[in-house]
Formats: sequence, C-alpha cells, structure tokens
Amino acid sequence: MAEPVLKVENLYSERDERVLFDGLCFEVGAGEVLQIEGQNGSGKTTLLRILSGLSRNYEGELYWRGEPMDEVVDEYRQALLYFGHLPGVKATLTPQENLGWYAALQPGTDSASIDAALRQVGLAGYEDVPCHMLSAGQHRRVSLARLYLSQASLWILDEPFTAIDKKGVAQKEQLILRHAAAGGTVILTTHHELHLDGLRRLNLDQLAGTS
Amino acid sequence: MSEIATNEPARRRGPTAVGVFRAALKRDLLLAFRSKSDLVNPLIFFLMVATLFPLGVSPEPGFLALLAPGLVWVAALLATLLSMDSLFRADFEDGTLEQALLSPQPLILIVLARVLAHWIMTGLPLTLMAPLLGLMLFLPAEGMGGLMLSLLLGTPTLSLIGAIGAALTVGLRKGGVLISLLVLPLYIPVLIFGSGAVQAAVTGLPLAGYLALLGAMLALGVVLAPLAIGAALRISVSG
Repeated sequence: MAEPVLKVENLYSERDERVLFDGLCFEVGAGEVLQIEGQNGSGKTTLLRILSGLSRNYEGELYWRGEPMDEVVDEYRQALLYFGHLPGVKATLTPQENLGWYAALQPGTDSASIDAALRQVGLAGYEDVPCHMLSAGQHRRVSLARLYLSQASLWILDEPFTAIDKKGVAQKEQLILRHAAAGGTVILTTHHELHLDGLRRLNLDQLAGTS
Repeated sequence: MSEIATNEPARRRGPTAVGVFRAALKRDLLLAFRSKSDLVNPLIFFLMVATLFPLGVSPEPGFLALLAPGLVWVAALLATLLSMDSLFRADFEDGTLEQALLSPQPLILIVLARVLAHWIMTGLPLTLMAPLLGLMLFLPAEGMGGLMLSLLLGTPTLSLIGAIGAALTVGLRKGGVLISLLVLPLYIPVLIFGSGAVQAAVTGLPLAGYLALLGAMLALGVVLAPLAIGAALRISVSG
C-alpha cells in the first residue's frame, strides 16, 4: 500500500474516568473505506471527533500524509469533510441558503452546483422552504448534500444514514463507493449493514479491554 | 494587506478573505432577521428601564436630568448583556459552529462577522434609540451628541467583550449567570468613560478625551477579541 493518508498511533482517550481506547493504532489509505464499529458508548463518536480535530481530549499521535497533524492543520481542514451527529443546518434558512454558506467556506466549491446537489439528495422543489418545515429525514439530507458539493478527499461520517430511507441509503453507499474509487478516503460509523466491496472494519469493543 | 488577503486564497482557487467575511455577515444578518423576537427583546428592555425609572424613583425633571447619562448607559450595557448569551448558542446546538471551526477559512473572520452582525442588530438600534430615552429622562439637549457618539463607540466594544464570555460559556447548559460574572468587570471601563462622555457633554466640557479612550478600547477589542473568541469557541466545542 502507498503512504497512508491518515495514520493514528497510540491513541488514548477516556471519558468520565472510563478508558475508551488505549494504544489504538490504525491507518487508512487513499481509496479506502473504514467502518468504525462498536456498541453504544464504545467511543465511536469520540474517535471521529478526535480525528476531525474537534476534540483535544486525547493522547497519542495523528499524522496526515506523513506529517504530524499540528503542523498541517490548514491543509488537513481543506481536505476534510466532517459530518457529525448534529446536522449543521440552520432551521430558519432554506436548503439553498444553508448550502450557500458551506460553498462560501470551502475552497474549490462551485456555488452553481448547489442546485444539482439538492436534486441529488431528492430535495428538488424544496430549495426555498425553510428547513424547519422539512421532515427529519429531509433535514439530514440537506446536510448530506454537502457530500455532493465537497471536493474534500477525506470524509469522516458519523452515522450518516440516520433518518434516511432505504433508497437514500443505497444512493449514499454508491456515493461512498464512487468517492473511494476516485481515490478518496472515507471513515464512517453506522448501525446499518453496509454492502460495500473492500470495506475495512475497526471494532472498538475488542480494544477496550481495560473496562 | 488587502493584496495578501486576496492573493493567498485565490491561489488555492478558494473564496477570498473578504468574500468569506461578506458571506458570513450576510448569513448572520439573514438569521437575525428571521428570528425577530430575539432582536426586539433588548430594545424593549432598554425602553422599559427608561419608562419605569421615573415611575419608581421620581418624575422630577431636575433629578432625572442628573441621573440620565449614567442611567441610559447602564440600560444600554445591560440590554447588550441580555442579548449576549444567545450569540453562539444556536450555532452550537445545531452543529454549524463545529462546521465553522473545521472550515479552512480563518475563524477570526467568521467570528468578527458574527459580532458585527450582533452589533448591527442590538448596539446600533440602541444607539439610535438613545436620544428618545434621553428625552424621556430630561437629558439636556447639549448632552445628546455626546450620548450618541459615546454609544456609537462603546456598544461595539460591549459586543466584542460579551462575545468572549458567550464563547467561553456556550458549552455549558446554564451559562447565563457565568457570562455576566465574566464579562461585567470588563464592561466597567466602557461604562465609566461612556457615561463620563455624556456628563462632559452636558456640562459643556470637551469630549475628545473620553471619545479617544472609547475609540482606543474599540480598536483594541477589534484586534484582540476575535482571537480570544476563536480560542474560547475551540475549547467549548472540544469539551
């Protein structure tokens, strides 16, 4: 395998004096899809927040393309798309306005492609409806439309399929596969059974041997 | 400076710093307009103080005129403080804040736009309403100019300082009390020089010194507060 895109060494994290993982080491390369598994409370979200750079409550080393994370934070943020538990969608804004904001933030995002992204997630015709009038699933879809907009190479997705219907899930799986095939990297957690070829799994339950 | 700001991101085919600031400001103003009740709240508070004070203490014009400079300033300060707690709360709860922290754009621009939007929605209306309150409290006409100018320079500083407190407490369930404790000591110099400017205007003394000090505090705030706010937000989200 070529040089890993993201490398994690000896990661240690605890929450409320409970060790979530200790000595966690793994790496992901370009074109790989890594699924983080584990029961509720096993630290999946914590791990993803650490990887994205949101959480600092850890010990250990993170490397982005071989460089220590602290030194390449700007490049890392440009290459990263983080999709968290919170959708990051403003309820009083319309889907179009919400995505317009992300287009303004992300370098290389083509603002003209917002409509196309909304069509892709099945929100055509809802462009001008305030998001609080949408259903929970549609609300998530507004946020998922970011996947179509983004040119980030690393996707970190925390439960991306929550409240999404079956057809939508199949579509997102295809999207993830396409992203990986194009040389992108995906790290995700989900309780859905994924039907992806070449999926790698990392189980956090086996690692938390100290509890 | 502007050349660096526009060239650097253009090389990465990205939005310029000015573009990000404008997009952030536009979005924040739009958000504020869509939730109007939050906007009106501090203004009503401001007006209520001026209405109730003469009823509660004394409607005697000479007495009120004496208190008016300080009273209008205290009311403006508390009205600003009242609106501070919600500054980052909605963003924190719906996840847009963590997305902003992860964006490759400089956080200080996004933060500065947010504070500017907050000032346009609270500080500026308070400043514009102040002469009305001055009138209700029998502030002599000579003091009006000083009142407006001191508020114009002072309320942005209040917004900037308050935003630091809001950023520090946004991760806490009940940050309301803590934010007051954190921020009030820093508000005191602004209050002293602000109401001092109005007093000076009423008595016919030169204003320039007071306004220069308020301006200096504002300049310091514009430069340093966004850094503190950004760092505080990162800590709050990390926790």
